[in-house]
Amino acid sequence: MLALFYIFIGVAIGVSVWQITRILNLRESIATDKDNAAQGKYAMAFMAFFYAMMIYCLIYMNVIMLPESASIEGEHDDNLFDITFWLIGIVQFIMQFLIFYFTFKYRGSKDRKAKFYADSHKLEFIWTITPAIVLVGLIGYGLWQWNNVMDLSSDEDDAIVIEVYSQQFRWDARYAGADNTLGLGNVNFIKGINTMGVDMSDKNSADDKQVTELYLPKGKKVHFKFRSQDVLHSAYMPHFRAQMNCVPGMVTEFGFTPKYTTEEMRNQPEVIEKSIGINKIRRAKGEDPYIFDYLLLCNKICGASHYNMQMKITVVEEDEYNKWLSEQPTLSEVIQ
Amino acid sequence: MSDHHHKETFVTKYIFSQDHKMISKQFLVTGMFMGIIAVLMSMLFRLQLAWPDTSFSVVEAFLGPHQTDGIMNPDIYLALVTIHGTIMVFFVLTAGLSGTFSNLLIPLQIGARDMASGFLNMVSYWLFFLSSIIMVISLFVEAGPASAGWTIYPPLSALPQAIPGSGTGMTLWLVSMTVFIASSLIGALNYIVTVLNLRTKGMKMTRLPLTIWAFFVTAIIGVVSFPVLLSAALLLVFDRSFGTSFYLSDIFISGEVLHYQGGSPVLFEHLFWFLGHPEVYIVLLPALGITSEIISTNSRKPIFGYRAMVGSIMAIAFLSTIVWGHHMFISGMNPFLGSVFTFTTLLIAIPSAVKAFNYVTTLWKGNLQLNPAMLFSIGLVSTFVTGGLTGLVLGDSALDINIHDTYFVVAHFHLVMGVSAIFGMYAGIYHWFPKMYGRMMNKTLGYWHFWVTIICAYGVFWPMHFIGLAGLPRRYYTNTNFPMFDDLADINVVITIFALVGGIAQIFFLANFFISMYRGEKATQNPWKSNTLEWTTPVEHVHGNWPGKLPEVHRWAYDYSKRVDSEDDDSDYLHGQDYVLQTTPLLEGEEPS
Repeated sequence: MLALFYIFIGVAIGVSVWQITRILNLRESIATDKDNAAQGKYAMAFMAFFYAMMIYCLIYMNVIMLPESASIEGEHDDNLFDITFWLIGIVQFIMQFLIFYFTFKYRGSKDRKAKFYADSHKLEFIWTITPAIVLVGLIGYGLWQWNNVMDLSSDEDDAIVIEVYSQQFRWDARYAGADNTLGLGNVNFIKGINTMGVDMSDKNSADDKQVTELYLPKGKKVHFKFRSQDVLHSAYMPHFRAQMNCVPGMVTEFGFTPKYTTEEMRNQPEVIEKSIGINKIRRAKGEDPYIFDYLLLCNKICGASHYNMQMKITVVEEDEYNKWLSEQPTLSEVIQ
Repeated sequence: MSDHHHKETFVTKYIFSQDHKMISKQFLVTGMFMGIIAVLMSMLFRLQLAWPDTSFSVVEAFLGPHQTDGIMNPDIYLALVTIHGTIMVFFVLTAGLSGTFSNLLIPLQIGARDMASGFLNMVSYWLFFLSSIIMVISLFVEAGPASAGWTIYPPLSALPQAIPGSGTGMTLWLVSMTVFIASSLIGALNYIVTVLNLRTKGMKMTRLPLTIWAFFVTAIIGVVSFPVLLSAALLLVFDRSFGTSFYLSDIFISGEVLHYQGGSPVLFEHLFWFLGHPEVYIVLLPALGITSEIISTNSRKPIFGYRAMVGSIMAIAFLSTIVWGHHMFISGMNPFLGSVFTFTTLLIAIPSAVKAFNYVTTLWKGNLQLNPAMLFSIGLVSTFVTGGLTGLVLGDSALDINIHDTYFVVAHFHLVMGVSAIFGMYAGIYHWFPKMYGRMMNKTLGYWHFWVTIICAYGVFWPMHFIGLAGLPRRYYTNTNFPMFDDLADINVVITIFALVGGIAQIFFLANFFISMYRGEKATQNPWKSNTLEWTTPVEHVHGNWPGKLPEVHRWAYDYSKRVDSEDDDSDYLHGQDYVLQTTPLLEGEEPS
């Protein structure tokens, strides 16, 4: 019934607009010189609004941005992003100015004659070659960094191997244990407390350790292997500039080296400033204060509770990490 | 085509019409109807994003069983974004845009009596109509419509256990899309054949208006890529209903292991995006074609760099079929493939930049007639530049890692293909309304419509880049479970207000459209003083378009403000006016442009 009520209101608004425009008898349809003059000025006014908004966002939304990369590999991502962003920012400001300024400057009038200008190979050559040259630089740096991040072959031996395991709607993790090799896993082995489906007959499985929170040592390369038991998920760790989909039926990989411990990150000026802003809002709503933590979020639509699929990540110094890990029970202790 | 005086009944004239002009109007009105549904949906989910814990009686009214006390359920939130995307991309911006303007303009601008096959053209529309009906019906099934995102990645879309919308809702979605693809393919083949075979005397390919080039190339992309989506959808139907394992493997859900073995969701992603990316250009190129025509006409200047524009269209079309992998950098595919796709993706920036620069140069030293259609075209250039530039960030695989599937992506594609294509569509409607209905649309309402819409479009999508850079994932029902996103809440409120105002402002357009249809100023034959052939037909529609012989073409479409002495800007206009119809023969000694 309520829907009918809203539809009725909609129709009523429609009819009144109809009636108003009928009374106004708006029958003019082709722009006159007067319209051109007015619209040209509106174009300038719009440009002022647009520039104000762009600049406002660029300055005042800096504080909400992600802080500096917390992984060593991510440093070049930040760098490449800055270069790209400056570049497109400059082009954006110039192009938008030209578009709206020309709209104003060359607004039509009886006294104006348009220039017949159909072609200029020189100009077109310039604006084909210039983007091409700029792109060579961007592509080159981008691909170098991409290979840098995605190449996990060189660190087979000394990297810490961790499996991140996803299901609707939670994350688990498995550390490879003393042998630094994960036991095989498959959904057919899921039974009781063996929630990650680890093959306990595999000799590498016994010393694996299943946990619900990630602990990472600072300064050591971590080699993640991702699995999913039901639908696609995506392991998104924005502070580390890291993301990889978790695909049922296959193991995907990503790696990075944490650069700052959680504690160090909390003391970064950017993080402090952002936290102050957040806590102002939370205080007003009467909620507990926010303290920075690294997070792993799901970033591939995976079902109703997709919006609440997260896992905390804690980065600590290496000895503290070793201490924490030794306290975790191995799978052979847990699963009989 | 000889039976000009064939007797028309109401049914053959208005319903099962084979006349391209009527079919184009049918596409337009159906597309607009679907567009209204999709916009209203976006307003509902924007309410949810801005005020997640607030009860709204609109939500209660329209979402019925899918809400609790005026707060929508997470399932239906996902369904709303899914159907919003599907309808906008396919039903509004593919069928509504290409269907309307390819049908209207291809025969009229190339000088043909009708499409190559009027019958297939009619079939194309009615299949589209049928698919729209099925899509609308899917909104009312008990478990809710499809809700796996418009990209319907399996296993989520394959398993009703994973999300309720993957039951009947998803089945109807797939049926609807299958019918839609059939419609789209029939239409596209018709467009291609018509452009190749039915051009009037003198209408060489190099004299085609850029609109026709855009529609022609768009149709080719559609024919190349839509069948792949069809096969992707069919394999998904097999997986869902007949127990095959094309996309599924090793799944444990609802406490049991499913039998699927050996498939991969990544295969689906490849097949989907092999259409999905070219689809972006299927949506955008017609809008760019329309813009080229309108900017040139209203600048009273030839389009700058006609050959470069045609070349860019073709380059974009070619590249668009080899870049799909940039949607999959972090899907788990081989990183080497990621490198290749980064390279091809960023190459698209070159023809796109050429187009943008050429538009701006066309404006330069023009005599701009700022009609509503012209403003929307200028708006398109603006949003195309803004949205296109962020493509340089997203297309770079290394940078994509951290902003993939965040609101940065949402902002990017809405500006570059959503808003741009809609602006192109509006521009086309304002410009060719007199050709469709014999009356003019009102300019005052058009101006209001434009300025409110562009302010709101930027108000929505510019700040959205920044919440994406803050790491906010898209398709989250609410962000309140993450304290780290608390400081984005205010921005979401601002965005929603702009979205609501922008959505409501479309009433300016709807009112203008329907009132002008009946009460608008009567159109003259060539209201915009344009060169192209459609303005040589009588205002009253006749079957076969031209009452007598077909027109003969002697020059390209862009001889605006051509001078007697091409070297001297102060010399008189050729023929004493600032436009020369394509049907006007070259003067003795006149250089063809």
